[in-house]
Amino acid sequence: MAQQDSLAVGAGVKRLFRIRRMLMERLGIPLMLFPLMAIILALFVGSGVFVIGQSLGYLPVIGLYDFNLDAYKSILQNEEFWWGALVSFHIAFTSTIISTALAIICALTLRETFFGREVISFLFQLSLSIPHMVVALAVLLLTTQAGLMARIAYALGLTDDISQFPQLVFDRYSIGIILVYVLKEVPFMGIIILAILQGVGREHEETATTLGASRWQRFRHVILPLIAPGTLSAFIIVFAYVFGAFEIPYLLGRTDPAALPVVGFRYYLDVDLNARSEAMTLNVFILFIILVITGFYMRITRLYIRKDV
Amino acid sequence: MFGLSIRFWRNAVIVGIVASAVLPMIPMIVWCFSSGWYFPNLIPEEWSIRGWVYITEPYSRAFPALLNSLLIAGAVTLIAFPIGIPAARALGLYKFRGKRIVEYLILAPLIVPELPMAIGIHILFIKYGLANTLFGVMIIHLILVVPYVVLVLAGVFANYGPETEQSARTLGASPLRVFFYVTLPAIFPGMVVGGLFAFIRSWRTYVFTLIIGGGVVETLPLVVFSFIGEGDNHVSAVLSVLFIAPAILMLLFTARYLTGEKGRGGFMGI
Repeated sequence: MAQQDSLAVGAGVKRLFRIRRMLMERLGIPLMLFPLMAIILALFVGSGVFVIGQSLGYLPVIGLYDFNLDAYKSILQNEEFWWGALVSFHIAFTSTIISTALAIICALTLRETFFGREVISFLFQLSLSIPHMVVALAVLLLTTQAGLMARIAYALGLTDDISQFPQLVFDRYSIGIILVYVLKEVPFMGIIILAILQGVGREHEETATTLGASRWQRFRHVILPLIAPGTLSAFIIVFAYVFGAFEIPYLLGRTDPAALPVVGFRYYLDVDLNARSEAMTLNVFILFIILVITGFYMRITRLYIRKDV
Repeated sequence: MFGLSIRFWRNAVIVGIVASAVLPMIPMIVWCFSSGWYFPNLIPEEWSIRGWVYITEPYSRAFPALLNSLLIAGAVTLIAFPIGIPAARALGLYKFRGKRIVEYLILAPLIVPELPMAIGIHILFIKYGLANTLFGVMIIHLILVVPYVVLVLAGVFANYGPETEQSARTLGASPLRVFFYVTLPAIFPGMVVGGLFAFIRSWRTYVFTLIIGGGVVETLPLVVFSFIGEGDNHVSAVLSVLFIAPAILMLLFTARYLTGEKGRGGFMGI
């Protein structure tokens, strides 16, 4: 009798296990993803919805019910906005293009084996782990008109006066800002391109050499097509990052015209409520640009993450 | 090219890399120990350790900011694990519908700039009393930190065989025991690396802390930023060194920790 009972219990437990396993398969994956998705949906997707909602003056959660395009109309007539967009585009495009070119050159050089290569790779990673803000300080101390470069120029007799050294920060062309980004992004892109180069190996190049290709032809027709997809995705990540970043243009840039995120931040802190909805609209524009750019990025299957921002 | 050998150009590139890594740091290191260094002197006239004393004073701005930074980055990293590990397991071990969308959603916060995210959600944080609090800052940091944990650990889980867990279960171990004695030891190295990334990501976060913390919650980057803005080169340099320290330590640590199979930078291509 007792034995029969325990058998029945055993069968029951087995059934329970089976049901549990079925449930795990059905519900397990969504359950495992739930906490992460909850955070992403609440904070990330939520913030996107809130920016757009506030830019339209409509957000029931906080008692905003006017649905209008006033902020969009006023931002499109705002000169600071257009200048900001231009400045940001210039900074992002110029620094990304320069970084890409230099990163390809660096990766091709680092691929070769030579004495001290380990040390160089380590230096690359070192630059990668220094925050942008600190690089901005380094560039400031180096390139202002009272910076180390200006002092060296003075000591060498190239300039006779503090004001003769060219203005490299707070300047019209955002040279200081671009310098910070180039210093930071060359190692970032260089390591990605180096990884791709090491991944594809050298067989294709050797074949090309056997067929009589010159150095330039090998680069143009063999290496470049191989590294293009990964390089493009790195380009897009860097462009998107630089376009939307606020700290460096704020520290090293002019206040008028200022980069777009700087303008957006200034409007956000403005006590005037109209400026606030303009700030939202301006940030919708930044989000829109990033979305368009990453649209390309999404089509590229190999994904890389920034390990340093 | 230009009549010079490839060897020349190669050496030129190497010199360039070394120079661009080392040169920008020189004035900063000198400024760490100098409070007066006026144009056009090449060597400072006043040496000082005022900044180093300043950061250890409990009533300075730097000291509490340093504590806040440690507290926030530490807590956020710890919270990121229970959220990130299950998701990483799902992404690393299973194929399911909508996996790509989930992956994109995880990567998206790493690409979208902080400013639009912060000012969008700020109003909600104000409404629920989370703005200007340490807890609110921790919550907003999670969105940047958890993806790093998930991406690193998804890579670990992709090479992980769950069969051992099954065996342990068959032998009568409870799920909790299986997790602590089988799963955890297997993924621990990945947790260390993911945790370091997570810590450093939170450590260097500026815009989120600025907006959600509202200037009430001050962390190290906020103080560094304001000293750079004020033009106090000596204190800025000292604080910058402090600010870089965890990343440099991590670099040295992971370089040692990861050499072996994957080598340095093995985690770039996740």
